Amino acid sequence: MSALRFAGTGRGRVGLVILGFVLAVALLGPFFAPHDPAALVGAPGSSPSGASPLGTDGLGRDVLSRVLWGGRSVLWLSLSATALAFVVGTLIGAVAGYSRSLLDPLLMRLVDVVLSFPPILFILIIATGVGESELILVIEVAIVLAPGLARIVYSATREISVRGYTEAAVARGERTSAILAREILPNILGPLIANLGLTVTFSVLLIAAVNFLGVGLQPPAANWALMISENRDILSINAWATVVPAGLIGLLTIGVNLVGDAISHTLGVAGRQAPTLTPGAAELTPAAELVR
Amino acid sequence: MGVSASAGDGRLTPAPTPGPSGRDAHPLARFVARRVAQGVATLLVASVCVFIGTSVLPGSPATALLGRDANAKAVAEIDHRLGYDKPIVGRYLSWLEGALHGDLGNSSIDIAQGATKAPVWPIIRSPLADTATLAVITIILLIPLSLLMGLVAGLTAGRWPDHLLSTLTLVFISMPEFVVGSLLIAVFFVAFNLLPPVSLVAPGVFPLLHPNVLVLPVLTLLGISLAWTVRLIRVGVIEVVKTDYVRLARLHGISERRVLRRYVLRNALAPSIQIFALSIQYLFGGVIVTETVFSYPGLGRQLVNAVTSHDNTEVQAIALILATIYILINVVADLLVIVLVPKLRTTS
Repeated sequence: MSALRFAGTGRGRVGLVILGFVLAVALLGPFFAPHDPAALVGAPGSSPSGASPLGTDGLGRDVLSRVLWGGRSVLWLSLSATALAFVVGTLIGAVAGYSRSLLDPLLMRLVDVVLSFPPILFILIIATGVGESELILVIEVAIVLAPGLARIVYSATREISVRGYTEAAVARGERTSAILAREILPNILGPLIANLGLTVTFSVLLIAAVNFLGVGLQPPAANWALMISENRDILSINAWATVVPAGLIGLLTIGVNLVGDAISHTLGVAGRQAPTLTPGAAELTPAAELVR
Repeated sequence: MGVSASAGDGRLTPAPTPGPSGRDAHPLARFVARRVAQGVATLLVASVCVFIGTSVLPGSPATALLGRDANAKAVAEIDHRLGYDKPIVGRYLSWLEGALHGDLGNSSIDIAQGATKAPVWPIIRSPLADTATLAVITIILLIPLSLLMGLVAGLTAGRWPDHLLSTLTLVFISMPEFVVGSLLIAVFFVAFNLLPPVSLVAPGVFPLLHPNVLVLPVLTLLGISLAWTVRLIRVGVIEVVKTDYVRLARLHGISERRVLRRYVLRNALAPSIQIFALSIQYLFGGVIVTETVFSYPGLGRQLVNAVTSHDNTEVQAIALILATIYILINVVADLLVIVLVPKLRTTS
């Protein structure tokens, strides 16, 4: 697997170590948590002690236990949103790129509309209308992430649909779904994989931001982003309750970014190529481009 | 994203030979007209999105005020007071007409609670000014700093100043702004007690009169937006340094200063207009989160509060204002680039 060669690069290695650490905390943490994340174990905002090594939060819950429990939702929410965005984005891009009907302009204009909003604003507008839940959060983030992917798939599909082997398949009279699955999809995997890391990063950033703003997960859920917003008020009393989850979210996104970067470099595929004016700006880091 | 996208399809096609129909307006004028029309169309679609998101989707002020299992009569009563029982298209049109005349409607929550008049505009005027102050200060610092750092990183590509800047920017680019903000508070307030952890400004007070409350929010926004403008400008500079005309200029023995100023900087500058447009657009998302971190009384925090209290009219008003500015930046950036970089006037 040439895709695994990224682990040999310096960046890839640093990224893997960081990512491994955060994943271990998030996935294995709950087994080591000394307390129930929702249980009141001490005086509110007490400093680190033997019983609670990172102190307690503003309600008197154990910070360490909440940190150890709070990574799972960060991971599964952002991974589900990424997966959904990939499915929807690929579907839209491939169908629009392959069809020569009205579907093409219709779908791609829709993509343009979503892209003409600041992502957070878009999510906030939907949240006003439908309220807050985990499922809604995943769908909202997927809606914001899918258009970028749809554009990439669209242009790749356009290119491949005029190649000889695709035209041969059309001439053989194969069904459209079979052509998309067998001729188009395998050939657009490269750019898709190259964008995996970035998309996961956007997804983590967005979900964290939405949770922080209080329109995602609701208390008393233990979640790193939520912890930061809950514990800001007691920052001067027990800073660990804010700094530790903040550090872990930072490490997670840095790790994903480094690994994703290394993968696209070893694959020789430039990351998401924004059609900007900078010629050959392969190193464009459009993280911000999508997220913010 | 919007900028780059429209730059792609917005390029001028070579003017076809002027037809006998007499439509031989200057190609530049035609481009400007088309791009502005495009912007207006986008704005219209955006307004529909805002309206659908806040009025058609099920969440309403009535359920927010009365709870999910409120009795149907009370809900109907509030919906009637808000005019939600009228046909949707008519409601959209009258909202749009009002917005065009500068009337952004009445606060849904206040009306639902029995007020007869509670215009939204006076509520959001002061936050708008506060946000503008924050954004303008950030932009004024952002442009020269990112040009300087991008130039340094690009010219020292592969050596330590570049490695240092690239690593730093990678770290900042990966971090959500509320993490950066919270860590800044931890350092500057908890550890050193230099700056206030919250940026409270009384309504109507010009925030610049209290510069110390602006430092941390500006630093947060700057840290993240700088990170990627520097990275993009660095790539642009590296590209330009590799070109034949810069190599030739150096072979000619033109002084390094002059090569940098006349050839490198000038050519790396044009693409950075788009980069700055993108980063200013980013500031809109960043500002929503950053203001919440610091409890800064700007438009972003107002929006988040309106969303959590389901004040639909207020969300619509703020979203419409933000979307308008966002799209406006897009259009202006595209026009600026086309005017400044003649090369792009011909299609690829």
